[in-house]
Amino acid sequence: MIRMQNVHKAFGDNRVLRGMDLHIPKGTSMVIIGGSGTGKSVALKSVLGLIKPDSGTILVDGKPSDSGDRDAFLARFGMLFQGGALFDSLPVWQNVGFRLLRGSLKRPEAEAREIAIEKLRRVGLKADVADRLPAELSGGMQKRVGLARAIAAEPEIIFFDEPTTGLDPIMSGVINDLIREIVVEMGATAMTITHDMSSVRAIADNVAMLHDGVIQWTGPVADMDASGDPYLDQFIHGRAEGPIEAVR
Amino acid sequence: MNPLSLLAHLGRVVLTALAALGRLSLFAVSTLTHMLRPPFYPREFFSALLNVGWLSLPVVGLTAVFTGGALALQIYSGGARFNAEAVVPQIVAIGIVRELGPVLVGLMIAARVTSSIAAEIATMKVTEQIDALVTLSTHPMKYLVAPRVAAALITVPLLVAVGDIIGIAGGYVVATQNLGFNPAAYIKNTVDFLELKDVISSLVKGCAFGGIAATMGCYYGMQSGRGAQGVGAATKSSVEAAAILILAANFVLTGVFFSL
Repeated sequence: MIRMQNVHKAFGDNRVLRGMDLHIPKGTSMVIIGGSGTGKSVALKSVLGLIKPDSGTILVDGKPSDSGDRDAFLARFGMLFQGGALFDSLPVWQNVGFRLLRGSLKRPEAEAREIAIEKLRRVGLKADVADRLPAELSGGMQKRVGLARAIAAEPEIIFFDEPTTGLDPIMSGVINDLIREIVVEMGATAMTITHDMSSVRAIADNVAMLHDGVIQWTGPVADMDASGDPYLDQFIHGRAEGPIEAVR
Repeated sequence: MNPLSLLAHLGRVVLTALAALGRLSLFAVSTLTHMLRPPFYPREFFSALLNVGWLSLPVVGLTAVFTGGALALQIYSGGARFNAEAVVPQIVAIGIVRELGPVLVGLMIAARVTSSIAAEIATMKVTEQIDALVTLSTHPMKYLVAPRVAAALITVPLLVAVGDIIGIAGGYVVATQNLGFNPAAYIKNTVDFLELKDVISSLVKGCAFGGIAATMGCYYGMQSGRGAQGVGAATKSSVEAAAILILAANFVLTGVFFSL
């Protein structure tokens, strides 16, 4: 469904992606792991067109991601941002129903609110949260609202950028379980980037390790522990010694 | 520094300045295009009208009333040196309507609105809210920039008109209460002396200054760097640029209206 071929991206002298290849089959959950600053977010944002790669090809359903109707392309995606990226000035339900209140997916306000509240319930939040502002919510609740927003328009493809960063282990577990449930329930294709190995084990069908701008290893999550790849082994066991330099 | 490296340095400065001017011009053209093409976001537009216009009234009113009062005192004491105290109503009216009203309102809007727009948009950029807008199929220029600039283009001339009236009223209160002017004669002199051209120039300046103030806030907000420092730098630069451009535009518009 999503295929990245020989994708390069540099910011000045910093060559972040150096020929990244990745394939995410339809209906599967791919988790990209890798150290900080290795280009995981750049890869994800390149697929969405938020960052333009210097070279290489990104195909979604066999079509280049930068061709065709941009609105129709983006309407297929939902995204949970690392910090939630909720709109401060809008109440929670308008954040969740943002897409349903404007543009091609516009619905009557009452219907959009109803859908937003249903999605909030789906992520474990009560209806009384709907009229609060994002600043009045805890970090975990904001993540859930972000998740509700990502799934509000029932997208085919969902991206999760560091879904558990900044959350306590219990809340991380809750978010991981929710993501897994929702992805399976919706039959969506998912791409997640994370450092959190508990997330990897909970969310992934397949794992890809990004290092030095290329995918060092990719395979099913069940094969991850016995991969024999020194980069992956060092990363999943959190060892300071190994081929990945601890100080980058 | 040898002459060649000095020349190279100068060249770099000029090129940087031209590149910045080019980016700003493209941004302004893009803003205009997005203002004229659907989709439109009326809720954001009315919210911007409230923020730029209505909520700026207190600061504009206070600035105008004190300036009008001070101007009356200055003209009276200055005019006394050559027995021209009687010109207070006329000079207050001309000074406020042609120059001080639009410029002070413009600068107040730069301080209040440009800074708030720049800080808000820069914070949205830093916290990935602008990326989120894009993923939700909403163009940031249409949703964030066009409504704010349109609201400023409409409300700032109105604020200038209100500022002009309050400024003249400030002069009137001081002149009639402290300087012994006859109230009816003061109003008659003010009305008789002002021309339609004075009022039109004031409103046109307001429109231009409003456009500059909002565009600078949006531009620097969208160009913001990372973190709190990026937001701070964007806010500071937006207010500096807006204030300088407002004063420069005032000079140009004054020339266009009154020298040609």
